[in-house]
Amino acid sequence: MKTDRLTLSLAFLMRVSMISVLLIFLILIGFIFIKGIAHLNLEMFAWEYNSNNISMTPAIINTINMVLFALALAMPLGIFGAIYLSEYGSKKSKILNAVRIASETLVGIPSIVYGLFGYLAFVIYFGFKTSFVAGGLTLAVMILPLILRSAEEALKSVPMSFREASFALGAGKLRTIFIIILPVAIPGILAGVILSIGRIVGESAALLYTSGSVAKVAGLMDSGRTLSVHMYAISSEGQHINEAYSTAMILIIIVFLINLGSNYLAKKLVKA
Amino acid sequence: MQEKIFKGIFALCALLSIFAVLMICFFLFANALPTITQIGFFDFIFGMDWYPTEEIFGIFPMIVGSIYVTALAILIGVPLGVLSAIYLSRFASKKEQKYILPAVELLGAIPSVVYGFFGLVIIVPLLATTFSGIPGKSVLAAALILSIMILPTIILVSKASIDALPESYYEGALALGASKERSVFFALIPAAKSGILASVILGVGRAIGEAMAVIMVAGNQALIPTSVLEGVRTLTTNIVLEMGYAQDLHREVLIANAVVLFVFILLINTCFNALKKEAK
Repeated sequence: MKTDRLTLSLAFLMRVSMISVLLIFLILIGFIFIKGIAHLNLEMFAWEYNSNNISMTPAIINTINMVLFALALAMPLGIFGAIYLSEYGSKKSKILNAVRIASETLVGIPSIVYGLFGYLAFVIYFGFKTSFVAGGLTLAVMILPLILRSAEEALKSVPMSFREASFALGAGKLRTIFIIILPVAIPGILAGVILSIGRIVGESAALLYTSGSVAKVAGLMDSGRTLSVHMYAISSEGQHINEAYSTAMILIIIVFLINLGSNYLAKKLVKA
Repeated sequence: MQEKIFKGIFALCALLSIFAVLMICFFLFANALPTITQIGFFDFIFGMDWYPTEEIFGIFPMIVGSIYVTALAILIGVPLGVLSAIYLSRFASKKEQKYILPAVELLGAIPSVVYGFFGLVIIVPLLATTFSGIPGKSVLAAALILSIMILPTIILVSKASIDALPESYYEGALALGASKERSVFFALIPAAKSGILASVILGVGRAIGEAMAVIMVAGNQALIPTSVLEGVRTLTTNIVLEMGYAQDLHREVLIANAVVLFVFILLINTCFNALKKEAK
């Protein structure tokens, strides 16, 4: 019975699929790393970008600024919203349901649609022009649901007894939330934040027409490209394929580190 | 007093995502609807020709292009992904899982421009040499890249839904004398059907919405392709390609194009939510 033909072919198909997926992974990473290391040199990290030297330093600085800016906006809003959903909203409330549907919709919207929305709303309507602010605001809207939902899950996973103990000692609701519940939920909240950082680092379509693609360190009202947009720009120009390999490698290393961080935090949450 | 103020602030923040959805709908639809009525709904959706300079705007080739590319990506990616998910969930040892899962997660986190670049330097030249006489940028190239991009979603979501099934289904089938593979495939998989379907729909959503990777490998001709080796333009790439220099009516049309894409995504989301309810 154990060796009938169907069983064998199912086992075979499954292993072939798994091996193909791993091969794809290895080829992708291996190829980009081998080519990337070969073409990496210190000049690519020079302070200034110019047509002779495709430096990625301004793009990296812009990316870091963009992450900080979008998080500074979306983190407090998302966490406060999550507090409402988990601590104040009753399970059957219509608001809760509507927020859930809205945030699921937001997660599903393609980034180029975010890009157009950001262009229409922030670049044109609010008059920010193609600027760092317009791009950052667009990204903040994009990551808001990610932070909201992960913070809500993290807050909900804090045991009821913590709240009860705090109330029993005479603490008010607000005090309980900020002193008792939030600190316990921090690893979970951070896991969501790190996910959003990954999303921002990888984003290009939403930024192309909001923050633009000027290769300089951008001030608030200037246009500036992040590393992903930089990657798109140099690979589509076709003249700087070698630099593109190295940039792709740096991008993969960054998302890899981000992944490690969020996995570490997720494990910490389970233990707590 | 303070308690009440904060409760108000918290509530406002919670409502923000609803507000964001309304804003997005408002900005897109307010700009797009007048344009669509101006061109004519049927001429816009079913128009076969796209000549922005002559103000002929038919996006049917792009709709078909999006559907072709997505369907082919699903056809390639779903069997690979679901079979891998089954293997990971039921057959892989703890040690194998420990090494494979982070790799799959990393695959899901790689930026789409990197995928596009990979397609440009590996897949496109590969296709061009395999099928001589074509440039390589094609429906097939775009579908291959997208099928890789949706793999992590399909593997992780399917695996989660298989993991969540009660052990007794599987044990029952084993007890009846079925082999391990048969028990998994004929007792567990049908039970996880709606979860697996949900992963496929998520994959469809990701494939239809993806722009930057596709733009680099698809060739971008605004024509309905007659074979998988011809170039193609999708709804997303049409926007990215022309938004940079579009003005006036042309720009409004691209916004209308985004609305069509948005409607597609809303439909897909509705299907997904219906399936998720069923999975519970």
